[in-house]
Amino acid sequence: MITENISTPVISHKKKLSLTINGEVKTLEVKPWVSLLDCLREHLDLTGTKKGCDHGQCGACTVIVDGKRILSCLTLAVMKDGASITTIEGIGKDGELHPLQKAFIDHDAFQCGYCTPGQICSAIGMIAEGKAKTRTEVKELMSGNLCRCGANTNIIDAIMEVQEGLTNE
Amino acid sequence: MRPFKFTNTSNASSAINLLIKNPNAKFLAGGTNLLDLMKEDVERPDELIDLGRLDLTAVRPLVTGNNVVGISIGGLGKNTDAANHPLIRKDYPLLTKAILAGASAQIRNMATNGGNLLQRTRCSYFYDIAMPCNKRLPGTGCSAMQGINRMHAIFGWSDSCIAVYPSDMAVALSALNASVKVMQPSGTARIIAIHDFHRLPGNHPEKDNNLDHGELITAIEIPKNKFAANSAYIKVRDRNSYAFALVSVAAGLELAGGKIISASIAMGGVAHKPWRATHAENILRGKMATVENFQMAADAEMEDARPLAHNKFKIGMGKKTIVYALEQAFKGTGYKA
Repeated sequence: MITENISTPVISHKKKLSLTINGEVKTLEVKPWVSLLDCLREHLDLTGTKKGCDHGQCGACTVIVDGKRILSCLTLAVMKDGASITTIEGIGKDGELHPLQKAFIDHDAFQCGYCTPGQICSAIGMIAEGKAKTRTEVKELMSGNLCRCGANTNIIDAIMEVQEGLTNE
Repeated sequence: MRPFKFTNTSNASSAINLLIKNPNAKFLAGGTNLLDLMKEDVERPDELIDLGRLDLTAVRPLVTGNNVVGISIGGLGKNTDAANHPLIRKDYPLLTKAILAGASAQIRNMATNGGNLLQRTRCSYFYDIAMPCNKRLPGTGCSAMQGINRMHAIFGWSDSCIAVYPSDMAVALSALNASVKVMQPSGTARIIAIHDFHRLPGNHPEKDNNLDHGELITAIEIPKNKFAANSAYIKVRDRNSYAFALVSVAAGLELAGGKIISASIAMGGVAHKPWRATHAENILRGKMATVENFQMAADAEMEDARPLAHNKFKIGMGKKTIVYALEQAFKGTGYKA
C-alpha cells in the first residue's frame, strides 16, 4: 500500500492581470493554475487555439507571446501579465487572410484542421526567427508541431512558399 | 492541477527569502517541466515563486582582471537565446548544437538555462502516480527495474533507481567543464562544478542534484577551451527530432597535426547524470586521431556498462555514437578564431 503525504491545499485568490490579445487590452481575473491556453479558450472565448495533448508534446496550442512562439498549455496565464499575445484569430488583417493561411489552403496543408492554428502560429514565429533557410531546416524547426493526419509534406510546402516569397521580395 | 499560491518578485534575494519560508514552495522559471509534472500530480508544490521578471538573463564574457576566461550564461535566460548568442555560436558551438538538439523551438523559447539543468527524468514510471517509484515517493520501490527499461541507465544506476537524466544541454556543459553559479540564502555565491551538480541515484534517487532548498541558479559559467574547432554533439533517438536521447555524445578534440592533445567526451541517455567518458578520454590523450583509436576508446568506455533487460542495445549504440561523434569532431566545425 502506498501512503502519501498530501499537503493541505492553499486557498488562493484570483489574480488580476492585463493581457494585450490581438492588439486589444483585456483585463481579467484568473486563478493562478489556469493555463494561458485555458485562459484564451475558456475566459476569452478565443477557441482558435487548440488543446491537443495539454503536455507540451504536440504544438496545437502554439501562440505568439511578445513576438516568440510558445506553448500556451505549459504557461500559466498569471506568468504573462502585461504581455502581448497573438493567436490565430489575430493574424489576418482587414478581412484578408494571412499569407500562411492562404498558402495552407492552396497547398491542402490540412485534413482535420486541428493542428492548423498551432502550425500557422509556429510558422509565423519560425519565419520571424530567421534561422531556417532550407527545407530540412524548416522541417527541423517545425518539429514541435505534430500533424496526425499526415499532412506534413504539404504543411512544409506551404511554409516554404511563404518563406521564399518573403526572401525574394 | 492542485491549487497553489502564486507569488512574483523581480529580485533574486526576495525570491530566495520567499522560498525558504515554505518547504513546499518551488521556483517557477520557464515552467515547461514543472507545470507538466504538476498536471500529472507528480509535483505538488503549494506555492510557486515566479522568476520570470528577474534580471538574470544575460550572456556575457567571463572576465578575470583584464582577461576573458570564459563565458557566463544567465540562469534565467532562455535556451533559444543561449544557443543563438553570437559568442556562443562562435566559441562554444558544441553548446549551441546540444541545446538545439533538445525539445522543440517553442519549448526552447520558454525553457530557461537554469531550469534545463533542473528538469526531471522522463522515466514513465516516475510520471505514473499509480506505480511505485523511489524517485517520486522514496521507499516504494522501482517499477522500471523489472519493467520496460529500454530507455533507462546502463551506467551508475543503483537498486533504488535506474532513471536517466534527460538534458542535452548539460551533456555539452559536462564536456566543456562548466560550472553552475548559485546564490545561497545568505546572499553569497557558490560555484558547483557541473560534474558535482547532478547526482547518481544511490539510496536517494529523490535528489536529482546537490542544490539546497533556497539556492537559486544565477548563471552557468564555461571556461575558455580549445574545442571550438573540433567538436560535435550526436543524439540518437527514436525519431529524427523532438524526442529524448537513447544515447547522445558530446565530443571535443584538441588537436595538433593529427595528434590528440586532449579529448573531452560526455554521454547523455545512459545515466542519472551526464556521463563523462574518462576512460575514453585517457586512452585518446597523445594518440593519433584515427578511427581505430576512436574505436578502442569507445570499447574501453563501454566495458563498465551494466545493461538491463531491455537496453543492451545501448552498449553497441554507445560505442558507435562515440566513434561517430569523434569522427565528426575531427572533421571540424569550420571555426575561425
